This record gives sequence, structure tokens and C-alpha cells, in this order.
Amino acid sequence: MNLTLKVWRQKNASDKGSFATYQVNDISEEMSFLEMFDVLNERLIAKGEEPIAFDHDCREGICGMCSMHINGRAHGPWSGTTTCQLHMRAFKDGDTITVEPWRAKAFPVIKDLVVDRSAFDKIQSAGGFVSVNTGNAQDANCIPIPKDDADASFAAAACIGCGACVAACKNSSAMLFVSAKVSQFALLPQGQVERVDRALNMVKEMDAAGFGNCTNTGSCEAECPKEISLDNIARLNREYLMANLKK
Amino acid sequence: MSKLDSKIPEGPLETKWSSYKSSVPLVNPANKRSLEIIVVGSGLAGSSAAASLAEMGYKVKVFCFQDSARRAHSIAAQGGINAAKNYQNDGDSTYRLFYDTIKGGDYRAREGNVYRLAEVSAAIIDQCVAQGVPFAREYGGLLSNRSFGGTQVQRTFYAAGQTGQQLLLGAYSALQRQVGLGNVQMYARHEMLDVVVVDGKAKGIIARDLVTGKLERHSGHAVLLCTGGYGNVFFLSTNAMGSNVTAAWKAHKKGAFFGNPCFTQIHPTCIPVSGDHQSKLTLMSESLRNDGRIWVPKKKDDNRKPNEIPEDERDYYLERRYPAFGNLVPRDVASRAAKERCDAGYGVGASKMAVYLDYASAIERYGKQQANKLGETGASKERITQLGKDVVKEKYGNLFDMYAKITGENPYETPMRIYPAVHYTMGGLWVDYNLMTTVPGLYALGEANFSDHGANRLGASALMQGLADGYFVIPYTIGAYLSGQIRDKALPTDHEAFVEAEKNVQDTIDRLMNIKGSKSVDHFHKRLGKIMWDKCGMARNEKGLKEAISEIRALREEFWKDVRVLGGKNELNPELEKACRVADFLELGELMCIDALNRNESCGGHFREEFQTEEGEAQRDDANYMYAACWEFKPGVQFELHKEDLKYERIKVSARSYK
Repeated sequence: MNLTLKVWRQKNASDKGSFATYQVNDISEEMSFLEMFDVLNERLIAKGEEPIAFDHDCREGICGMCSMHINGRAHGPWSGTTTCQLHMRAFKDGDTITVEPWRAKAFPVIKDLVVDRSAFDKIQSAGGFVSVNTGNAQDANCIPIPKDDADASFAAAACIGCGACVAACKNSSAMLFVSAKVSQFALLPQGQVERVDRALNMVKEMDAAGFGNCTNTGSCEAECPKEISLDNIARLNREYLMANLKK
Repeated sequence: MSKLDSKIPEGPLETKWSSYKSSVPLVNPANKRSLEIIVVGSGLAGSSAAASLAEMGYKVKVFCFQDSARRAHSIAAQGGINAAKNYQNDGDSTYRLFYDTIKGGDYRAREGNVYRLAEVSAAIIDQCVAQGVPFAREYGGLLSNRSFGGTQVQRTFYAAGQTGQQLLLGAYSALQRQVGLGNVQMYARHEMLDVVVVDGKAKGIIARDLVTGKLERHSGHAVLLCTGGYGNVFFLSTNAMGSNVTAAWKAHKKGAFFGNPCFTQIHPTCIPVSGDHQSKLTLMSESLRNDGRIWVPKKKDDNRKPNEIPEDERDYYLERRYPAFGNLVPRDVASRAAKERCDAGYGVGASKMAVYLDYASAIERYGKQQANKLGETGASKERITQLGKDVVKEKYGNLFDMYAKITGENPYETPMRIYPAVHYTMGGLWVDYNLMTTVPGLYALGEANFSDHGANRLGASALMQGLADGYFVIPYTIGAYLSGQIRDKALPTDHEAFVEAEKNVQDTIDRLMNIKGSKSVDHFHKRLGKIMWDKCGMARNEKGLKEAISEIRALREEFWKDVRVLGGKNELNPELEKACRVADFLELGELMCIDALNRNESCGGHFREEFQTEEGEAQRDDANYMYAACWEFKPGVQFELHKEDLKYERIKVSARSYK
């Protein structure tokens, strides 16, 4: 198939940036979206033009590195799918595809489609853990956990930290990301000791990083490639309220 | 030979590690605060080591090329992690895990290291659960297990098909906690490009800030390479796009021996190649072999759809050839068997280079079980199928979804097509019992070292080894070296060794940028990959390997004359990053072929066509090759062989059989 691509090009953080248009012909529908970018980049190199920088690594939908805003949707048209798992079957001959980086104050553009998501690491450092040093653990089966709780915790922990929730949100809120981590631990006995501090500290760090507030539009859940549930945000709100009452 | 002292402690196998721990020199808390440790790589081995060492009081710096420590490729491990817990009461023990690992590795790993690995395995599960890793559980609230290849017990712990993700996020959370406490300094989007060695000891690294392009000097009392494997030398592999050998290779060029470089794991169950555009291959977890059955048609060039081929016209070749282990034979055996069928003309799919992995009978079996449980006697066939699909979805849903997205086929309805692909490298930097390379102060952990899996790794053992090395081995063994370094101040970064190392790195970068040739980096990488896959892949022979060596040398020469790297060096430049990595792969590839040529036997994943039994099984030559081949780098890309003889004191070495 033949496609027209409009891709955001930006030299560096201080450059203003703009869209560049590329005609990309002879694309097979078996290619992944990123393989289509590989082909485009190879053609650019052959012409002596600088290839487009984009983040990617595992190409299996799990590392959370890829981050393209495609035709106005984080990770493109397939729901529950990362950019790397999106395949060209999703498009048809003659389509025009617009590709932008994640847009959020807390995710400044580094170059082209690459953004800085280090704010997520800082939020994690603020409380996304159980404080247990290596070598102090009791036998694993001494902590029985109801299967439903373990499953719910796992469903929250499946978050890949890609930032699609932020990119999809009109307020650039990181509530889905933060709530998934808070929920993972809130649902487990291991997370109880630090439950209050975790909710307070992670929310505080989230606000400091410049993410917006949540207005419950649900676009984060709709665009999340791992289909993390909005229920987690409700849980975070409860956790945060309870924590404030306790402190 | 003095350089290859494995430092295995004396005494009976069962007490080696405990007596070592009781006698290894310690570093007191005040001294720990003034000792700096550099950790390169943030996967399971790197994150767990960095977190544990920082908890102990050392000052730690962590480097990773991705934008966050959480992205390291350990995240993509699917199936599970082994541990000798015997929670299933099926006769598992430390000894059995040790035995299975040595046998699975075709008797090419050290007894002492592997026993220690089995011994600490149980504590890993305890540690991860304490961190809040949400493993799969039974209704009673206890942990669930499944089986993996090469074993007859259920010792694999898992979290759906995302075990690596959950374990890495556990280690990452421990690491980020230490970052928050100020005990670890994190350098994301940084790539190590050289080791700084002074008086034979590792004293620091040169790293490139990938965003600014600036070269940085970092000094430390020890350097830990936790940088994973080198499967991407084949271009197409299940590794992440960025996975590379560069850190290990720079260490090799600074004096660290490279152990068994030709030992590559080709994983039997991957989604087949679909075209020239292919950038990587995707694994379908080995856990699928718990319930899936592998087959090809009994008739050559059978073009019927799989569902139209009746049961008695299907060849379940693994069950036929290996009745004792069936579909759960080790990976090397399963891969070779798939290749054998395809080469003989029984392959399926458009390319005929695939076999079926079929879930129909598992769906029926689970469906019936479920119907019984729900008291639905006389449930219809459709109802049973639906119930069965629900069970399979819960167990393997994410893998089935991934297959559907990539191939556009529905694996609940039609059998998956699979074919072997490069997945893991057992070879790596040679290390002793302390995980130290031949360069004092320089360590290698996880897949980056060569130590525990011999010539073939068993499924669910990579996660075990990465975390064993990081959580439970290095925190002890590093004391043996650092206790002798407490009087040494960190090397000042204006030391001439730093100046020289940085200049060499800068010169290499400048040279790459100034070639201004006509072919892209990927062009060379793909050609290298094809040579490696054709001649140093699942089957190797003397003629092919000799050809490969000269072809790689010629390709390397062409690369340094004709590669085109656009963009600037003082900015984010993914092409330059790739060029630096491919330059190293072009040297490593040659060494892998040299090593494969040297080893005139077949063992584990290393299959030399000249050395096979009448039934086509690997034929070892214990009299001549029961050693780890350790290569020393010499100027002009030359390699000198050193041998570490393997001694089996406990295990009786025999022909490996899964029949």
C-alpha cells in the first residue's frame, strides 16, 4: 500500500518543531507500524536525509518505550495495543497518517518523536515500593493471598509505564499510572504498612512534576495499551482521602 | 593458566556456599560508604544488584541506555522463574534443580556455580513476594506452579505470561527506592563505551550521554556489567532492538576473557519470519508447551488447512521421538526437531518453515474439566469448547492476543505456526565463583556472563540466574575484592587512564561519523545476521564456519569503509548508537564462528553436523572437549584460546536422553 505520512520533526528540546510530509510507497500489511518507520528511515538515509528519531526497544508490547501519537490517538487505532504491536493491516492504501510525540508539559520533547518521561521514575521513587531489603523475607507461602486479590493486583501491575494515559488526557493527568501502582500494593498484604505514606507521597510527586488533574473523562483507560481499569483511579482517590484523614 | 582459577571453594558441594559465606572477608559499614560501585545495565541482574548493594551501604551508580531502568529487556521474559521450593510435593529439591540444570546444559557448566544457583533459588521467590510481586496463585491463596522443558516437576513460578515484567518491576521498585533515598545515582539514556583499567584493575567507565552526545568519565572501585546477551548479532532474534554486546565486548578488549561464545540458544516456539521488512522475532512462551501439542502433517507438502487434517494424518513428532518428555523436551532438542521436519519437507504455512502448536486438545480437556466442576453433565460440544477457551485465555491470554495481532490469525480457532529463533546466549564473559572476570574489579552478572547454563539453558532459568546473581551472590562475593580496596581512593577522573580511554572512544565515534559511506548501519547488520544464521545457527559445519569467518572479515572491512551515519555526534543520534554496536557485533561474530569451529563436538545448542548419532542427536566428545573455551582478545582482532577444564565430582556424566 502507498501512504502519506505527516511526522513531527523537532531538532531538539529548544527547537520549535514542525510537521514534515513523506510519501511512503510499497508498504506491506504484514509490517508492524515501527517496521514501516524502519523502511521510511532506510529510504531517508539513502537520500542523505536524517532519519526520524523515535523510542522503541522490545517490540513485543511490554517495555513501554514506544510512544507515538497516531492520527490523534495514543498508540494509534487499535485498542489495547502499543505502537510496536500495531500492524499495517490497520490502514488502507492511500491513507494519510499523522504521527506526533506524546504532548504533555511533564514530558518535554527531546527530539522528533522522543520525549522525556523521567517524571514517572521520580513518582516511583516517592513511594512505588515495599520497603523490604534483600535477605529479610519469610517463606513466600507464609503470606496467603486470596486469588481474586492477587489477580486484581496483577491487573494493575501490568502497567508498562509508557505514558499513553498522560498523552491521551486533555489535562495531561498521570492519575491512571499512579493509581495502578498504588492499587497494586493497596490490594496486597505486603503493601499495608506503607499504604498511607505511599498514596500521599506519590500524589505529591505527581503534582510537583507538572501533570494535570483528573476530571474523570476516561480517555486514559480507553487508550491504555494494557487496558488498565479506571477503577484504579477511584481506588487512588479513596486511598488519598483516607490517607489525609489518618495523617 | 593461572588466569583461569575458578575459585570454587573446597569441601562438599552442599556446604561450599554456606562455608564461603561464613569466611568471605567483610567490609565494615563506614568503609562501604566510601566505596563506589558502577552497575551497567538495569535488568534483573543489574537492578537487583544495585538495589541490594545500595541497601548494604555502598555508593552505587547505575547506567542504562533506555529512558528508564524499567525498560531493560528482562521485562519481556514471559513464562516464569524456577525455584526448588517443592510446593507441589512432587519430589523437587535443590539437588534435582541442580541436576536438571547441569544435564540440560549438556554437562558444560560448573558444578559449584550451578549448585549455588539452585540453593539460592528459593530465597528469590521469598524476596519477590515480600516486594509485592503478584505471582499467580491458587484459590487457597498459595503460589501456583507450572512445568517447563527439561524437567519432570512443577517448579516454575509465574505471573500470567508476564513474569519477567513483574520480577523486573519488583527489582526496579527496590532500585527506585534507593534512588529516592540518595544511595543510587541513576544515569538513564547513557551507554557505556569503555572500561577504564589501571594496573590491571577496573577503575571506572566512559559513558556517552545519549541525549547530549557528551562523553562522561565515571570512576568506581568495582564495575558490574549486567548488560545481557548478544543474540542480536543475528540481527533477527527475540532480543530487544537495543540489546547489544558493546559493554561486554569493550571489557573483552580490555582483558576480560570471553567464555563459550558459540553457545547460542535457539528457542523452538517463535512466530515465523513474514518478510524482508522483519525487524525482530517474537517469542511464544515455552509455557505454551505445557498444554499445546506440536505437530506437522504426515504427508509432505500437505496444503490442507490444519483443521482439515484428520488426527491420524498428523505427526506429533516430539511425542513420537521423546515419549518420556514429549512436548516438554529442552529447547535445543525441540528446535532441532522442528528444523529436521521442515528441512525434510513437512513444514507448514506459506514459507513451509513452520510447525503447528495446537491448543485444540487442551481446550477440549479444560472444557470438560470445567463442565464437570460446574456440574454441567451433558454439556454440548460448543459449550465445552467455550469453557475450555476461557481457561486457556486466563492462562495464556496475553500470548494468544500477541499472536493474533502479529499474524492476523485467531489462535483459539486455528493452530499457531511457530519456528525456532535466536533467543538467548549461554556464552558470555568468563567469570569465577565470585562472578569476577579475568580483570580484577570487573564483574559480569546475569546473561552477560557464561557461568551457569552450559551449552543449553532450561526454560525459566534465566530469570532465576539474573536475580540470584544480583540479590544473593554479588552482595557477598564483592566483599572478597572490595575488602582489599578500602585504602584506595576512587581514581580521579583527570587520571591519564581516563583521558586516554575517552580519547579512544571519541576517535572511534569520529571515525564512524567521517566515513560518510553509502550503506546504512542496518544494511550491514542484516548481512552479518544472515551469515551468522546460515552458518553459525542451528546447525554448523566446518566448511560453513570457515566461509563465515572470511565473509565476516570482509564485511567488517566494508563496514569501516562504506557505512553512512547521518546526524551529529553531539545530540541524540540513534544511528550513531547502532553503528557503535554493530561495529562490535562484527568482531564478536567472527569469534563465535572461531569458537564453533574449535569445538569439534555437538553439545546442547551447539550442533556440528559432523558430530551426531545415527538418530540425529547431539554427540558430545567428553574426552577432548569437556572444557569451557575462554578466549583472550589480541591486537588486530585475534583471539587466543585458554581452557578451563570442567570437573564433575558429584554428577555422573552420561549421554543426555529425554526419550
